[in-house]
Amino acid sequence: MALLEVRNVTRRFGTFEAVRDVSFAVEAGEFFTLLGPSGCGKTTILRMIAGFDLPDGGRILLDGRDLVDTPAEKRPIHTVFQSYALFPHLTVGQNVAFPLRMAGVGEAELERRVGATLEQVHLAELADHYPHELSGGQKQRVALARGLVNKPRLLLLDEPLGALDLKLREEMQLELIKLQREVGVTFVFVTHAQPEALALSHRIAVMNRGRIEQLDEPSKIYGFPKNRFVADFIGNCNLIEARVAERLDDHLRLEAAGLGDILAPASEGAQAGDTGVLALRPEQVRIGAADAPPAGENRFPGTVRDFLYVGDVTTYQVTLDNGQEMAALRPNDAPGRARFFEVGDRVNVSWAREAGHYVRD
Amino acid sequence: MSETSEHRFTRWAVTAPPTLFLLAFFLVPALIVVLASFQYPGEFGGLAPLTDPGDGREHGLTLENYQFFFSDFLFTEIFLRSFAVAAASTLICLVMAYPVAWLIARSPRKHRDLLVLLVILPFASNFLIRVYAWMIILGPQAGLAQAVNSLLGAFGIPPVPLLFSPFAVLVGMVYVHLPFMILPLYTNLEKHDPVLLDAAQDLGADAWRRFWRVTWPLSLPGVFSGSVLVFIPVLGMFAIPDILGGTRDMLIGNLIKDQFLGVRDWPFGATLSILLTLCVLALAGLAAWAARPRRRHA
Repeated sequence: MALLEVRNVTRRFGTFEAVRDVSFAVEAGEFFTLLGPSGCGKTTILRMIAGFDLPDGGRILLDGRDLVDTPAEKRPIHTVFQSYALFPHLTVGQNVAFPLRMAGVGEAELERRVGATLEQVHLAELADHYPHELSGGQKQRVALARGLVNKPRLLLLDEPLGALDLKLREEMQLELIKLQREVGVTFVFVTHAQPEALALSHRIAVMNRGRIEQLDEPSKIYGFPKNRFVADFIGNCNLIEARVAERLDDHLRLEAAGLGDILAPASEGAQAGDTGVLALRPEQVRIGAADAPPAGENRFPGTVRDFLYVGDVTTYQVTLDNGQEMAALRPNDAPGRARFFEVGDRVNVSWAREAGHYVRD
Repeated sequence: MSETSEHRFTRWAVTAPPTLFLLAFFLVPALIVVLASFQYPGEFGGLAPLTDPGDGREHGLTLENYQFFFSDFLFTEIFLRSFAVAAASTLICLVMAYPVAWLIARSPRKHRDLLVLLVILPFASNFLIRVYAWMIILGPQAGLAQAVNSLLGAFGIPPVPLLFSPFAVLVGMVYVHLPFMILPLYTNLEKHDPVLLDAAQDLGADAWRRFWRVTWPLSLPGVFSGSVLVFIPVLGMFAIPDILGGTRDMLIGNLIKDQFLGVRDWPFGATLSILLTLCVLALAGLAAWAARPRRRHA
């Protein structure tokens, strides 16, 4: 039995359906992520799991038991809020002790567990400080410690890294993974930042307009998006409008207006006559000079329109001769070379026929 | 950062007038009161001269006024009664104001200003008129007194007058000072981040503990300023006991007023004022000491 089960949950605000018939199950020990743009309903779902809001339809079960009659304070579920929501009048130690006090844990046991949990998030020496004396990253750790100290069945995290700067965020991501593995508490994580979701999660539910668009492992979500929304929302993606001309045994022959034939791996159920897009990641697209075409079955000439140099890699924006925009990523692995092409250069882009994923409409 | 002389002049020009005003009309009079409390009274009010006028009259400095205060327990009793009335008024104001302030702070933003306006609206009419209005409300002819007394009568208790009683004084004090408690509390409660209550609930606190563990401790600065704003004026108030109180409900305010305007014993009036000020300062010091920031372990 799944630890948490969300069954056909719907939530309306007036005429607006924030969550529409959403179902998913989270296994014990899992790091599960709800990912989607703001307003997609992910936070509403989190609030319903926590008990701050109730579904208009459907059920939420924890260990197979419906939570509808259990108020938030009685649910063995804790939340790490986006703003941390640390109690400003309590010290770090008192903040972390709060859920234990509420649960009536004895003084000695309380001291021991607060100490151990603070140790786990490397804050033992700050126990007597007040929240306003802490940095953003430290507050984040206190919020985590407070959420974990009482060993909840489920820890909900609402964009907990959103307020941190980039470097700190990456550090905290690694720590979150480590911490979750150490304490063994099931995490349900909400974010709109797709790199974060890909980096942290065992499974991701990609949400849009109140629905789950795709629920899968990160690599599946990234490599085999189910529809245009997922392909476009997760990472950068070239979307080439194409019709299936022919289905061969393990691949498809696609026709794209003005480009001609494209070979692509066969995706499930794709039949001749289907319309859709070929989703192709920039790192799957090679770029070469016009007189030195790169390898790959699919090859098209174009002109460099722009490039984005970010240090380790450069992303080239290439306009193919039919007007199609393509992004191609090239690692800057040659010593001393900042970039290989200039704006206006004639180039060839190519990709292997095993690359990309055809998404039917 | 070095200041230009122009800046310095501007700052001086802006700050000097109020500083001089306070020196001339607050500090100097306060020192005169201190001095007066050690003087003899003049023959027809006012103060006796400090230097010998040569006609055998009392002059110079004395501790007699302070000795007089402690010679009769009546004065201490009035002090204690006044502090009790002030404390009771403050407590009643707090209990009544807290829910009101909380309700305003939790109401939709667009309604808050209107509600605050309603709280301070009574100030638009004259203070004395409002207090006199309570004479009518509490008077023996009014429905309130008759209802209370018929209820008491049903239990065989003889009728009690509502007006000219400690009860009436308390009602007047609370009524007049309630806004001074509501406003600082509201200002404080309005700033509370509602997510803190969500967090407390999430971590296992029921409504009762959410209040006592989060809302109440966070509102203490508001409770403190409101209490000061009620306690201090109630302590010095003489109009309300004069109008609504009976002959035995005299408070320090009345006593001091009588020394200056009735008995015309200015030095003793000054002595009472100084003792009152010292008591208030001691109390404020005690409160500040109790509320000092501490660092405790979980």
